[in-house]
Amino acid sequence: MIKFNLFVLPFSLGLIYIVYSIIIHYYRWIKALPAVDKVKLATGIRTPSKVTASLKEIFLEGLIHRKLWKRNPLLGYMHMSFALGWFLLIVVGNLESRIYHGAYINAPYYPIFLKFFIHDRLVLFFEIFTVPAFFRFIMDFLLLFVLSGLTLALIKRKQSKWFGMKQTTQHSLFDRVALSCLWMIFPMRLLAESYTAGYFGGGGGFLTQNLGNLLIAVTPGPAEIIAYFFWWSYSLVLGLFFIMMPYSRYMHIPSELLLIVFRHCGIQSKKWGSSFSDLEAHSCSRCGVCIDACQLDFAAGIRNIQAVYLIRGQRDQYITEYIAMTCMICGRCQEACPVGIKADSLRLIKRREIGSGQVSDFSYITSTHPGFADVVYFAGCMSHLTPSIHIAMEGIFKKAGVNYLFMDQDGSICCGRPLMLAGKDKQANELIEFNKTLIRQTRAKLLVTSCPICYKVFREEYNLPIRIQHHSQYLLELVKEGKIALQSQHRKVVYHDPCDLGRGGNVYEAPRELLGKISDLVATEKNCADALCCGGSLGLMNTSIQKKDEVTRNALQSLLKNEPDILVTACPLCKKTFSKHSQTEVRDIAELVHDAIPGRNILSTRAILETETVTS
Amino acid sequence: MIDFGYTLTKDRQFDYDHGDFRFLRLVRSIEPSLDVCIGCGSCTATCSASQFTNFNIRKLHTVIRRGDPESIKAELKKCMFCGKCQLVCPRGVNLRNLILAMNRAIEQLG
Repeated sequence: MIKFNLFVLPFSLGLIYIVYSIIIHYYRWIKALPAVDKVKLATGIRTPSKVTASLKEIFLEGLIHRKLWKRNPLLGYMHMSFALGWFLLIVVGNLESRIYHGAYINAPYYPIFLKFFIHDRLVLFFEIFTVPAFFRFIMDFLLLFVLSGLTLALIKRKQSKWFGMKQTTQHSLFDRVALSCLWMIFPMRLLAESYTAGYFGGGGGFLTQNLGNLLIAVTPGPAEIIAYFFWWSYSLVLGLFFIMMPYSRYMHIPSELLLIVFRHCGIQSKKWGSSFSDLEAHSCSRCGVCIDACQLDFAAGIRNIQAVYLIRGQRDQYITEYIAMTCMICGRCQEACPVGIKADSLRLIKRREIGSGQVSDFSYITSTHPGFADVVYFAGCMSHLTPSIHIAMEGIFKKAGVNYLFMDQDGSICCGRPLMLAGKDKQANELIEFNKTLIRQTRAKLLVTSCPICYKVFREEYNLPIRIQHHSQYLLELVKEGKIALQSQHRKVVYHDPCDLGRGGNVYEAPRELLGKISDLVATEKNCADALCCGGSLGLMNTSIQKKDEVTRNALQSLLKNEPDILVTACPLCKKTFSKHSQTEVRDIAELVHDAIPGRNILSTRAILETETVTS
Repeated sequence: MIDFGYTLTKDRQFDYDHGDFRFLRLVRSIEPSLDVCIGCGSCTATCSASQFTNFNIRKLHTVIRRGDPESIKAELKKCMFCGKCQLVCPRGVNLRNLILAMNRAIEQLG
């Protein structure tokens, strides 16, 4: 016998709509994939290891919310209670409904509204102590679990600091309505089930039965009608939530599942807007974790450009130029993102759309054959503003007896990344091709650069058949090979991770190991992937120098907390930026290494400069 | 014409009443920090592109202030966008965005 009541209709319609909508979205995302990615997806979902890895991640991130747990236990619990709690309510609810319904298939609304249809009192011994009672207990327990999360969510509105979040997202009206629906669902369920259980004197578990008995006792009026009203409300908010889901942030729930599968199949972000970037945009839950990570927010007070707003704009096909251009591309937000959305790539996609129309003319660059060497050294534009870095590097090359060639000694041709950061990839490619030819002509086996910005672009865009190292890696290698001997200066130093070397190039250990040999390295507040940007970023286009200075001062404050003798960095741009505001000496790691070579440390950089001038 | 051994120099006066200042207005609205420039020329001295060619940011600025933006179009394409200029600027002019703004002005004003 099919049990039916009119009130199940809003829920059923909502469910049909959301299932239809998810299928359409999935179909479009998969259909729009380039042929290569389609093959990757097809082989990926047939590879057991990839499927297991995907399922594992879906379980850990989609239900348990492991990354949020690591960030803050309260925040993790809140999300887990909603996701895991609701998921289990559905699963266990379905199992429970099988007891009362012999068929394998029952109407989708039946488990959801089971207590409306089934409310018999458990009288017999085997009923009280076995399966039905057990299910009633579990279902009530799960409902309580979700409600505890809801309580936390309400507290979070007022006290987000307890959840490790200083700022929360400014949601659009639509998201607020969807959120209200979501929050209404579980209290409505509780009230509906309780009133029904109270009225019939059975059917509830430890929570709903006791609450129901209490409610019946204290509320006047016809309990049956009140219960029926709450069943309608429950069905309506559920239906409304489902209908709003594709248009609100809650679309992240089904989107993230597909995104995880895509990633495990090896599908990556493209340079231009693609199916993948659209899926990424839909997978953003607008949780606002990226807002707290953004230095422009907490140091410079710019509150409307953070990754969450960019991604919202991307999803609605509406990103202002201001949002696209106002970002340091430091990568802190994508490190913090619990979904792992590459916000910087999305921003650069938008920048390319804006900047691609403009043309360049680099015909003035002419080159002579650079000569041959084993190691080619590219100081980078910025190192020419902080010459002590390349002077130190040359000193070390000479001391180690390396056959090197200083590629950009007479003024550099830019590596191309600054143009790329402005979205001018085509123009950047002209410079890249030019530099590539030069590097190939040297027949070197190794390219060493002093600038992390260049390092990143050399690795990612140049496709060079030779090894590429940042000087911190290279110097460590020289030490390990015994080509240079170092003597510790025993000075207290802190190390600042440059964005493009750390988050951008994944080089965290080499500089630390090197510094450990020549100085007394002390800890900083924010390390490695969590390191702060110096504020000098070339990614930031349209922000005033005053705001940038605020970022720099804020970063310095954090870095210099332990009062080091020297602030060490591995990027000429960071050095230049910090030097402007720092009372503490700011030096590059290459300078420190140079000073630590016995016999050379008596020479100051100025003295080296003079000797070099005399010899040349 | 009789060769006196010298010629008249080309007329170098510019007429502020007939200049094209739309360009300057647009650039200034996009990047207001242009107004704090003292014309010291540090940007030009450090410029990567000007090591190879006669690209001169200070000159670009002067020319658009005179209301003659026509001549900058070809010049602007030479910028490599490395940002050294902006780091040495003693007044904190946001030079990279200035270049973008000039490009934008060319796009919009033709």
